[in-house]
Amino acid sequence: MTLEAFADTIVPGEKRSPGDEAVAGAASGGGAVAAGAVELLETPAAGLASALGDLARLLNEHARAYADQHGIDLAASLPPFVSLPFPYRTALVGILTAPAHPEREVWVSVALFSNMAFDTAAHMHTLDALAAGHPGLTAMGFSAPQDDGLWRFPVYSYGRELARLHPATTSTGSPA
Amino acid sequence: MTVTETTDVLVVGSGFGGAITAYHLAAGGARVVVLERGPWLQGEDFDHDFKLGSSYTRIFDFVVGDGMSLLGGNCVGGGSVVYFAAMPRAPRFVFERRGAIGRRMWPKAVNRDALEPWYDRVAEALPVTRQDWDAVTYSGGLFAAACAHAGRTANPVPVAIDGERCTNCNWMMAGCRFDAKRSLLFNYLPAAVAHGAEVRPMHEVQRLTRNDDGGYRVHYNVVDDEDYRVHTGSGTIDAKIVILAAGAGATPVILQRSAPDLGAMPYAVGRYFSGNGERLNTAILDEDRVADLLGLSRGDGRAYAASQIGKGPCVASWDRLDGTLPEYSRYSLEQLYFPPGFGTILAQVPDATGPTWFGAQKKEIVRRWQSWLTIFTMSEDDNEGVFGPPPPTGNAVRISQQMLGRGPIQYRPTANTLRGWALADADVRDIMERDGLSRVMPWTNDVVGAYTVHPLASCRIGDDPSTSALDDRHELRGHPGIFVTDGSAVPGALTVNPAMTIAALAERAVPGIVQAARQRGVEVTYGAPSPDGATSGRRAALPFVPSLTHR
Repeated sequence: MTLEAFADTIVPGEKRSPGDEAVAGAASGGGAVAAGAVELLETPAAGLASALGDLARLLNEHARAYADQHGIDLAASLPPFVSLPFPYRTALVGILTAPAHPEREVWVSVALFSNMAFDTAAHMHTLDALAAGHPGLTAMGFSAPQDDGLWRFPVYSYGRELARLHPATTSTGSPA
Repeated sequence: MTVTETTDVLVVGSGFGGAITAYHLAAGGARVVVLERGPWLQGEDFDHDFKLGSSYTRIFDFVVGDGMSLLGGNCVGGGSVVYFAAMPRAPRFVFERRGAIGRRMWPKAVNRDALEPWYDRVAEALPVTRQDWDAVTYSGGLFAAACAHAGRTANPVPVAIDGERCTNCNWMMAGCRFDAKRSLLFNYLPAAVAHGAEVRPMHEVQRLTRNDDGGYRVHYNVVDDEDYRVHTGSGTIDAKIVILAAGAGATPVILQRSAPDLGAMPYAVGRYFSGNGERLNTAILDEDRVADLLGLSRGDGRAYAASQIGKGPCVASWDRLDGTLPEYSRYSLEQLYFPPGFGTILAQVPDATGPTWFGAQKKEIVRRWQSWLTIFTMSEDDNEGVFGPPPPTGNAVRISQQMLGRGPIQYRPTANTLRGWALADADVRDIMERDGLSRVMPWTNDVVGAYTVHPLASCRIGDDPSTSALDDRHELRGHPGIFVTDGSAVPGALTVNPAMTIAALAERAVPGIVQAARQRGVEVTYGAPSPDGATSGRRAALPFVPSLTHR
């Protein structure tokens, strides 16, 4: 739940149900969570799976400290990071991923995988992701392949000269 | 009992620097073994798939350092398999650069004229061809039209792509499924193998030690096919000559790790690293303005909305490649494509009121991805990269089973580099934001530092022993018989895509390596034709060979 809330801070999405606490509902359409961020983070190939429990604990410690500093009341029934309102989640993620933060490397990694889940569905075959209406690839308008599952764009060019060549271009087409 | 194999020439890496030298030495009669840390894929092995474990993550490496991240090939064929095949020659002024050392950084023997016959050899071998406007994709055409609208010129870039086979699928970084990209898998490498060279994938060289006969012992690990964090074996091979071409992110690491046995390395090993002054901007196009201002139409009601279509970079702006401008203010701007993930994560929101690279506003611009145009800056950086102590194995501590690792490079851009980036950013805005055509933001350097797809200069040629690791024949100073022929040998940023120059330098280095091999008793001669048997490049280059061998 905590990592869902982190991923939702990177690419926000709409709540999956009225009682959804992890997803803050800060944007329309599915976000990183619906796109499969936690599945991707849990994929052994990604290299973070064994650390996820510790990361969630650490994130909640940061959230508790942040809430204390800023006088934010946290719900006892939720993990502290999940309990933070979305703007504060965003501010805290900004702090954790900033160049000066000692733990930035690991939080940047979690952020990168959250992004990748949305932008590439890297935990799924791309054909399966498109067939399932993956929220990220669909939102980006990633076009469908041809029938054999490969992409080809037979029409791809405006087909005309659109600028004057640099006057010093050599006979090989290189700069002089 | 462990048996150490022997060979005449051991080549580390199979990209341009390894494949070209391996071919010529094998064709000349030497016994050649090529050790490549990545897999050997071809044709149908190249997937159109973003899933972790597909060819995209198997053949590509992303090494995050301190202030700089490197992207590079990790497969037989190296960078040539994953790159975008843009092959311009470096502009004349580049060879006169002084950089921070206060004197010409290139060896006096090398300038554009001296390199021309070697460029020609590469152009014949791959081959490299000019593109006409019919081959230019929508995104390239859009950039050209924007340049023209801003009163500038724009050029289709020379490429190593077979236009008849290309489908403009834009999956080039995952390897070319359609055999259209003229990578080394189609020329130097098969020709080397035909002449008896042995290419061994999944063999990652760790270090060299010296043998009593003056040759070298090369120590390697065998890497698991699927999980690159796992090593399944190790071994050694003795060679009379070693050619290091593991890439600018790996060659200096191998040498650093070898220093305890080989003795001190030249000061410039692992220093003077250049990221080729690279930087990216993303323009988010106003489709109506594309139609109204530039008069562009795809013929189906859309003006552009085609960021997914194409073949990497097609068009470049070379107006600032002007030798009369001061150093650090010259750069090319090139239309480019990166697939989602690499191509989206670092892009920033124009006019953001919160975080620039993540969050709700970022999601909004990602929704408009098909209207993105990525502009690539290649400028003059300050060779400010330095390699820290080597990791236990390879050139990075691998985090993911493939692709992602943490490496020892440190990079703090100097004021010179930052000024060049600022000039280029302003230029991109001037071209792309004119009359409301688009909104532009540079990619953030705050997430993974600066980044480069063209690491260079970490073990460079030069005339000055205090600022160059190699002499002008690419031999490692103080360690005869070790040559370096990859991007690490290039002295500094080139302001254009460097593969053509790396390849030409490798071609130029071969006569000297052949001579060194002969002096060590290897029966080898220089003079092989182009990999397909063509001879005009050889004929043109032969007159220059004596100047490369007489010492």
